[in-house]
Amino acid sequence: MVRFEHVGLRYGLGPEVLRDLNFHIEPNSFQFLTGPSGAGKTSLLRLLFLSLKPTRGLITIFDNDVVSLAKDELSVLRRRIGIVFQDFRLLDHMTTYENVALPFRVMGKDESSYRGEVVELLNWVGLGERMGALPAVLSGGEKQRAAIARAVIARPQLLLADEPTGNVDPTLAQRLLRLFIELNKSGTTVLIATHDIGLMDQYDARRLVLHDGRLHSYD
Amino acid sequence: MSDLRMDGELTVTQRMAGLLPKSDTPIVPKNSIAGRAMVAVVAIMTFLASLTVGAVMLVRAAASDWQSDVSREITIQVRPETGQNFEGQIQRAIETAREFPGVGEVRAFSKEESAQLLEPWLGSGPALQDLPVPRIIIVRIAPNATPDLAQLRKLLNERVAGASLDDHRAWMDRMRAMANTTIFGGIGVLLLMLAATMLSVAFATRGAMAANRPIVEVLHFIGATDRFIAYQFQRHFLVLGLEGGLIGGAAAIVVFILAGLAGKWGAGFSGGEQLAMLFGTFMLGIEGYLAIAIQALATGLVTALTSRHTVNQTLRTVE
Repeated sequence: MVRFEHVGLRYGLGPEVLRDLNFHIEPNSFQFLTGPSGAGKTSLLRLLFLSLKPTRGLITIFDNDVVSLAKDELSVLRRRIGIVFQDFRLLDHMTTYENVALPFRVMGKDESSYRGEVVELLNWVGLGERMGALPAVLSGGEKQRAAIARAVIARPQLLLADEPTGNVDPTLAQRLLRLFIELNKSGTTVLIATHDIGLMDQYDARRLVLHDGRLHSYD
Repeated sequence: MSDLRMDGELTVTQRMAGLLPKSDTPIVPKNSIAGRAMVAVVAIMTFLASLTVGAVMLVRAAASDWQSDVSREITIQVRPETGQNFEGQIQRAIETAREFPGVGEVRAFSKEESAQLLEPWLGSGPALQDLPVPRIIIVRIAPNATPDLAQLRKLLNERVAGASLDDHRAWMDRMRAMANTTIFGGIGVLLLMLAATMLSVAFATRGAMAANRPIVEVLHFIGATDRFIAYQFQRHFLVLGLEGGLIGGAAAIVVFILAGLAGKWGAGFSGGEQLAMLFGTFMLGIEGYLAIAIQALATGLVTALTSRHTVNQTLRTVE
């Protein structure tokens, strides 16, 4: 699904922040990406969700060499990847329902074709009663569940989450982890970037550890 | 009805048949400070441009009226000549003009009327009666006729000593030049306003793009193409542009209607009469109002196209 071969990344003329990364992500797998602050987790995630291109090496995602893809081709490829951010990135002027339905709007689908699906997912993540609420009145946990729902509504093959439990209490973090596990069981490949060791200890999964720009894998 | 949630908790969900939410909020938020400022800029620009269009159309219509009035009338001037019967000279000139094909009414100013014309310069004393004052003959051209004025001039020169014909050509040429200068000036002002509007819109679009950058980023992350994002902003700015254009155009139309009404009310006063003489009734007419409406729409479209160009340029720089 995802293949990194001798990938390096530097910003401008600065030093390499990621060095000689070699790893695969298999379909339907579950992994944590961890490492100390400044180790390059966010940079690696940006490479994975195609917001950056490597300065050297080869990255193939869904059998596409990302370096050779045009901007619009990258946009279409992103539709197969769901992203969850620590700061949620919900659109403040849209309701929970509209935020979650946004990927379908971007695809140009008619609302009648996806309305039921969005409502069903919102019920599933426990936001059935908050569909018409604006993000400003949602709690941190509700915002995070809305962000997760938006990331998975279009049934992406790969789900990337950047510190998804960074802004919630441990109980909610545990519930969110269960949500990711359920998504993985339903066929989505999941990668969670976190430095929360407690969270990782709750689920036996592969750990990709970044340290000083290099990656170590612990299966 | 109870459902099992994905994290294993039980929840009560509402089956909202017929009350399902709708996804009709614009992706780019409509109400923002940048948006309101842009509506104001476009409205002011459209208002000023509409005033210019209206003023140019008024001048054009007034100049055309003056020209058609003046071109339907020519003047014969008869100067007293030594050894000639002056009244006989005038009579011959009148007859020559009346017999000429294409000529309508012919009327000579009386001695008293001619003296009255000179009164502001020479006073009304008895000396004026003794002066050799030339006589003016007004010749109206028959409706739909185009008399050969060169031939009439030739005939007058042959038959009447001291007669000359003035077809006001020089005056009309000056009038036409003045009207054309005003129209070209108006077009120049319009082009400058259009350029100023485009620049303002480009700056406002950049500002709005910067303010809405988080939205652009989210759209990118969920797989929106640049075309989709540009369309959202273009639609947003088309609405703002049309709103501004409509407000500015409507304000200009109201100003012209009020000016027309004020012209009618002021008709009894001397200033009002002079204005009416110069610009007619100050009424634009249906084509003037149509021009303002078209211009307001065009401003909205220019706003949308300018913002589309700016959005595309900005998106090229976003990863």
